[in-house]
Amino acid sequence: MKAMHQGDLTFSSIDPNAGLKRAIQMKRIDIIGEISRSKMRGRGGAGFPTGTKWNLAAAAVAPKKYIVCNADEGEPGTFKDRVILQEFADLVFAGMTIAGKAINALEGIVYLRAEYTYLLSHLEAVLDQRRKAGLLGSSIGGDESFSFDITIRMGSGAYICGEETALIESMEGFRGEPRNRPPYPVDTGFMKHPTVVNNVETFAWAACIIARGADWFNAVGTDKSTGYKLFSISGDVQRPGVYEFPMGIMVSDLLKEVGGSDAKAVQIGGASGHCVPASEFSRTCAFEDMSTGGSVIVFGPLRDMLDIAENFLEFFVEESCGQCTPCRIGNVKLLEGVRMLKEGTCSMTYLKELLSLGETMQLASKCGLGQSSPNAFLSIVRHFKPEIMGRVNL
Amino acid sequence: MLVTENERLRQNILDWADELNRDRSALIPLLQRVQKRYSSVSGFAMQVIADILDIHPVEVYSVVSFYSFLDHKPKGRFIIRLCQTISCAMAGKDRVARQLENELGIRFGETTADGKFTLEYTNCLGMCDRGPAMLVNDQVFTQVSPERAHEIVEKCRQTFGTFALQDQGRID
Repeated sequence: MKAMHQGDLTFSSIDPNAGLKRAIQMKRIDIIGEISRSKMRGRGGAGFPTGTKWNLAAAAVAPKKYIVCNADEGEPGTFKDRVILQEFADLVFAGMTIAGKAINALEGIVYLRAEYTYLLSHLEAVLDQRRKAGLLGSSIGGDESFSFDITIRMGSGAYICGEETALIESMEGFRGEPRNRPPYPVDTGFMKHPTVVNNVETFAWAACIIARGADWFNAVGTDKSTGYKLFSISGDVQRPGVYEFPMGIMVSDLLKEVGGSDAKAVQIGGASGHCVPASEFSRTCAFEDMSTGGSVIVFGPLRDMLDIAENFLEFFVEESCGQCTPCRIGNVKLLEGVRMLKEGTCSMTYLKELLSLGETMQLASKCGLGQSSPNAFLSIVRHFKPEIMGRVNL
Repeated sequence: MLVTENERLRQNILDWADELNRDRSALIPLLQRVQKRYSSVSGFAMQVIADILDIHPVEVYSVVSFYSFLDHKPKGRFIIRLCQTISCAMAGKDRVARQLENELGIRFGETTADGKFTLEYTNCLGMCDRGPAMLVNDQVFTQVSPERAHEIVEKCRQTFGTFALQDQGRID
C-alpha cells in the first residue's frame, strides 16, 4: 500500500505486537505503571493523562469493563486517525488488548465514524487475522486468564459523538447528547460499566510504550507534554499530509517543515482550537501552550479571516447537539455576527457583546463542543480587527 | 405468494433484531441496516423497531432525526456528500458544488425526480490534505475537480440497476 503519510513514522519501525507480547508477561499494575511513567496524555486533543485514566478504570470494582477506541475523528482538519487505521491497525488493536489486560476488561469496541465506512472491511480482516494468530479471543498468548476481543460499531454522522459521553450514549442507542460529568466513563461508562475511552493514536502509542519502555517515550517532547505526536497538516502549504513531530514543536518550525512559511495565520486544534496570527508563530503545540489533537490548518496571505470564522461557525451550528442553550443559540448568534461583519453592518458595541457572549459560552456550555466553539471567532476578532472592521461592499 | 414491501421490511427487521441483542443498544445498528437496505427509515420501520425494542416510536424518531446518516425521507440510490469544511472549502469545493448541481439539475438538499441521486453537504470527511473531497454512498473521492465531478456522476448513471442495489452503489 502506498504510504499515506509524509516522512518516517515511529509506528513503521515498531513490531506491532512487541508491546502485547511484553504485556502478556507483565503484571497489570506494571503495565499501568509503565504508561503512567511515560506521562503520555490523550492524543485526541483533551490531553487527559492516559495512565491515570487506566488506573481509575482498573481500580473500579465491576463485573464487566470495556475498552473503547474513539475512531470518530471529526474535528475539521484532522485525518491522522484514518491514516493510522489504514496503515497501523494492528498497533491500535494491540494497544486496546494491552489496555484490556491492564484494567481487566474482556471486550473492546471501536467506534468508527460513518464517513470511514470504507475502512470497515480492512479493519474486520485485521481483526480476523489477529483472532487466528491467537492475539485476540480466549487465552491470548497462551495465558488462560487473558481473554479479550474487539468489535466495531459504526457511527451515523455526528461530530459530537467524538465527545466520550456522547459516544457512549450513541452506543447505547440514544441521541449523541453529552452527559454531565462526573460520573466519568471510567466509573460509569458503556451500559453503566467502567469504560476507558481513548483516541486511536493513544492506543497505538500505548503499544509502542510497552514495547520500548516509558523512558524511550518521555525522553522526547517537553516535561508536561511527552513523546511524539501525529499532526494532520492541511490548507495553504506545499506538502500537506500526516507528519510526526515531537510534542512542543514551535509553530514556525512546523511551518518550515511542511512548506507554509508565508502563512498569515494557523488554526491549531481544528475548528475548536485557536487561530494563531503570524506574530505568535513562536508558540508551541503542547498541552501547556496550545493543546491539540493534531489538526493544523494553514491560511495563506490572501485568505479572508471572516470566511474562515464563518465556515467554522456554520460547522458548529450544524453539529451542536442542541441540548444546552449557550451552544445551541450562541453559535447561531456568533454566525449572524460574522455575516454582519462581512457586510460591514456590525457596530463595535455589538461586536463587544458578541465577544462577551463567546466568553459566556466558554463557561456555561455543558460539554467541550460548546465550550470551545467560540475560540476561533474570539481569536480572529482579537488578532485581526483591522481586517474585519468597517468593511465596505460595493 | 406476493410479499408486500412492508411485510418484507418487517421480516428483515425481525431477522436483524435476532442477530443483534434485542435491547436499546441494538437500536442504531438496526436503523443502520434499514437505512442501508431501504435508503431511508420509514415511519413504518420505526414503528416495527419500536415494538421490538419496547420503546416509544418517538424515541426511535428522535434518534433518526439526530444523526445525519439516518434519513426519514427517501433518498436517492446514490447519495453524494460534498465536504464543506474549511480545508475543502479553501481547495475549491464551491466550483465542484456548482458543477454537481449542473450535472444533476438539482440543488443541495434535493433528490433527482428519478430517485437516482441525492446531493448533500457534509462536514469534515478527514481528507483535508487532498480536498475537495466527497463521498458517494460509502466510497470516498479526493481532489475532485469540476471535470472529475462530471465523470463520477456519469459512472453512477452507468452502474445504476440491480448491480448497484446489491453492492450499495459502489462505482469503480
